[in-house]
Amino acid sequence: MKHRLWDYNGGLHLIGHKSLSNTRKPLAATIPKELIIPLSQSIGHPAEPIVAQGQRVLKGEKIAQSVGVLSASVHASSSGIVREITEVVVPHPSGLKASCIVIDTDGLDEEAPSSGLVQYEKLPPSALVSIIQDAGVVGLGGAAFPSSIKLNPGANRTIKTLILNGAECEPYITCDDMLMRDQALAVIEGARIILHTLGIKHCLIGVEDNKPEAIQALKKVCDELVYRNIDVVEVPTLYPTGGEKQLIKILTGDEIPVGKIPADIGIVCHNVGTATAIFQAVMGGKPLISRLITVTGNGIHQPQNLEVPIGTPIRDLIAQCGGYTDDAARLVMGGPMMGFALPNDDIPVVKATNSILVLAQADLPASKQSLPCIRCGKCAEVCPMDLLPQQLYWYGRAKNNEKAQAYNLFDCIECGSCDVVCPSHIPLVQYFRATKSAVRTANNEQQKADNARQRNDAHLLRLEQAKAERAERSRKKKAQLEDRKKSKETIDASVERAKNKKMARTQESTNSSDTTLENKS
Amino acid sequence: MDFSTAISPHIKPRNRVDKMMLQVLLALIPGALAMIWFFGWGILFNLLVASATAIACEALILKLRNKPVRSTLCDLSALLTGILLALALPPLAPWWLAFVGTAFAIIIAKQLYGGLGYNPFNPAMIGYVVLLISFPQQMTAWIPPSTIAATPSFLESLQLLLGLIPESLNIDAMTMATPLDTMKTELGINRTTGEIMDNELFGTFGGTGWEWIANAYLLGGIWLIYKRVISWHIPVALLFGLTTISFIFFLTGPDSHPYPFFHLFSGAIMLGAFFIATDPVTASTTPKGRLIYGFLIGLLIYIIRSYGGYPDAVAFAVLIMNLTVPLIDYYTQPRVFGHASENNHEQ
Repeated sequence: MKHRLWDYNGGLHLIGHKSLSNTRKPLAATIPKELIIPLSQSIGHPAEPIVAQGQRVLKGEKIAQSVGVLSASVHASSSGIVREITEVVVPHPSGLKASCIVIDTDGLDEEAPSSGLVQYEKLPPSALVSIIQDAGVVGLGGAAFPSSIKLNPGANRTIKTLILNGAECEPYITCDDMLMRDQALAVIEGARIILHTLGIKHCLIGVEDNKPEAIQALKKVCDELVYRNIDVVEVPTLYPTGGEKQLIKILTGDEIPVGKIPADIGIVCHNVGTATAIFQAVMGGKPLISRLITVTGNGIHQPQNLEVPIGTPIRDLIAQCGGYTDDAARLVMGGPMMGFALPNDDIPVVKATNSILVLAQADLPASKQSLPCIRCGKCAEVCPMDLLPQQLYWYGRAKNNEKAQAYNLFDCIECGSCDVVCPSHIPLVQYFRATKSAVRTANNEQQKADNARQRNDAHLLRLEQAKAERAERSRKKKAQLEDRKKSKETIDASVERAKNKKMARTQESTNSSDTTLENKS
Repeated sequence: MDFSTAISPHIKPRNRVDKMMLQVLLALIPGALAMIWFFGWGILFNLLVASATAIACEALILKLRNKPVRSTLCDLSALLTGILLALALPPLAPWWLAFVGTAFAIIIAKQLYGGLGYNPFNPAMIGYVVLLISFPQQMTAWIPPSTIAATPSFLESLQLLLGLIPESLNIDAMTMATPLDTMKTELGINRTTGEIMDNELFGTFGGTGWEWIANAYLLGGIWLIYKRVISWHIPVALLFGLTTISFIFFLTGPDSHPYPFFHLFSGAIMLGAFFIATDPVTASTTPKGRLIYGFLIGLLIYIIRSYGGYPDAVAFAVLIMNLTVPLIDYYTQPRVFGHASENNHEQ
């Protein structure tokens, strides 16, 4: 039965450039001389190092422990000596440095002992979640969200469907394609582990129709093992179908409401690579220490897919792919639409790295000045979120942040489609990012001001209270004094009375003795 | 190795303003050729004068504003404004008519508002309306199409352009009301549409010659939609609006109201629907807004044609609707992905 498909607004038909890298069999990358393993490879808190300088570590050994739920543990991707734990430039759009564990590898690739589990069906979901968490598995589609979180959606959410994302809509990238072709069984078994963990049956695997071999391979596994609950669905090739929101819309017709997550509408979505990593963590007891990465583009001699140890510097991968061509002009991590440009190739690859793209000068947009917006609306026609980029640009430029937000600036997924079709060559995504951060800064400032005001109010309140307390105290004291005075008066009065009495008695006795004396005499 | 960085996307843009403008200019060629064929050299001279004026005025103002002259001229928007205005001028017009109209369009209506992208009103239509109001006599100096009477020769047209009256021509005898004008005037003296159209000035649907010019513009317009230079919304809604209202009135009294096809294929409807109302800068930009914008232009054209002081109404209708664009755009925002309802009341 053919699965019904839905549609989202706009989207782009882009030239794939996929055959640059998907015609060669993926190879294992050589072990680099040094591994630079960032401590922060997921959203959330960076992992805490648990190894010391000079310590020998084995392949697969945990070298940094996750801190808090959104953090993910980090493991050594080959054996060697920890040279140092230091600040190194990491792959991040900011170009900033972050803490990394640098390992001098010894080339032995000696593995830490691991316990493979086979009978996962007998384990409770919570045990599987902790295995996956311990293995440092994060979303391999690019977001690097710790996978264990998605496997534990909470009691108040009823999950119905698992969606595996094999769309891979960005041009040039083919690592998911090659993974599905070569490791279809791992993908499918990974999906079954996730289904078991979530306690559900239904799984959809969405793959763009420009990957017929991958679709074939997945379907074959499902047919042979008679997994009728797993549905491999061919979706049209359209950018950005690989976006989580877009793929869910295409496969189910449901839109994730603004501010919600897929689990809120009963869906959990994982990348096919993540499913494989989960399979390896659970069945092989192997942590996430390497991944398939597409090294491609017209700027290198021999584009191909490599199974790369996490932390390998990019220059080593480039060397293995025949080096740069003479016209190599830009180094991008990720795809050409949403990837970010890197300043140099000493930067290591991380768990979220799906592609290293070297673009030639001829591939790049000429950096000519942009023309004024002519309001042609091409941007709105292609916007997969159905925004009006022309209005967002207008208000963003005018620094009218309020209006930009009213036009739903924060729903922009920065897919870059509007940029590509803009006849005036306006860097729209750049404007939207700038406006977003201006709004965030303003909100922070507002927050700070609010906090300061609250602090001040609290301070004034405290002063007031202290004053009131002081007043109360002094009032009480006064009252006490008053009381004491009164009691003293009472005492004095009674003392007086007693004195008087005594005096009276003495007088009386004197009188009586006098009388006695008088009587005597 | 070090690399320079930039913000994504790292991909060549697909489109260019100058390419879009060029495509619009190309799409105008069939219509322009048809006009030259039916109304003679005068049309070509108007095109030349308006183009030269447009470029000269744009260059002058850009220089005064310290803006890049050469690269801005290459966006072709000024040239397009000149061409569109020229195509609305009568063939016997003297040179200064095209000159004054175009200069006003470029300098006042476009550049004084900030140039390309910032003008609230369609510059070509502003130029046209200024001429129509200021020089009604020259602006109505139309002649019958070449299929009815010979058009002035090349030399005669040149003399007319320079403001001279060639001895070989009797201008008063030559000029003739356009079919739309004739229809309006004669309906005013209580003749029926049937009687009025029983005249060599009228062809199968609209005016003789005019209907073929309309076909040529229609052809160019369809090509623009096919090439995705313009979206279908505005032209389709405009033609639908005009057809609807003219059909309703036609039903109420066929003798006093010409049938819808007459309206569609007379005057500047096809030029207006595909080339003028679709000017991106001054038109509505949301899909729903474009439908409303186009539909209302269609209605306004009929109302002004039937009850206004001028025989044709494309310019007035477009300019009036230009005024309403911010309002239309505000209330026709599409429902954003993941939002429950449309955004237009959030404020």
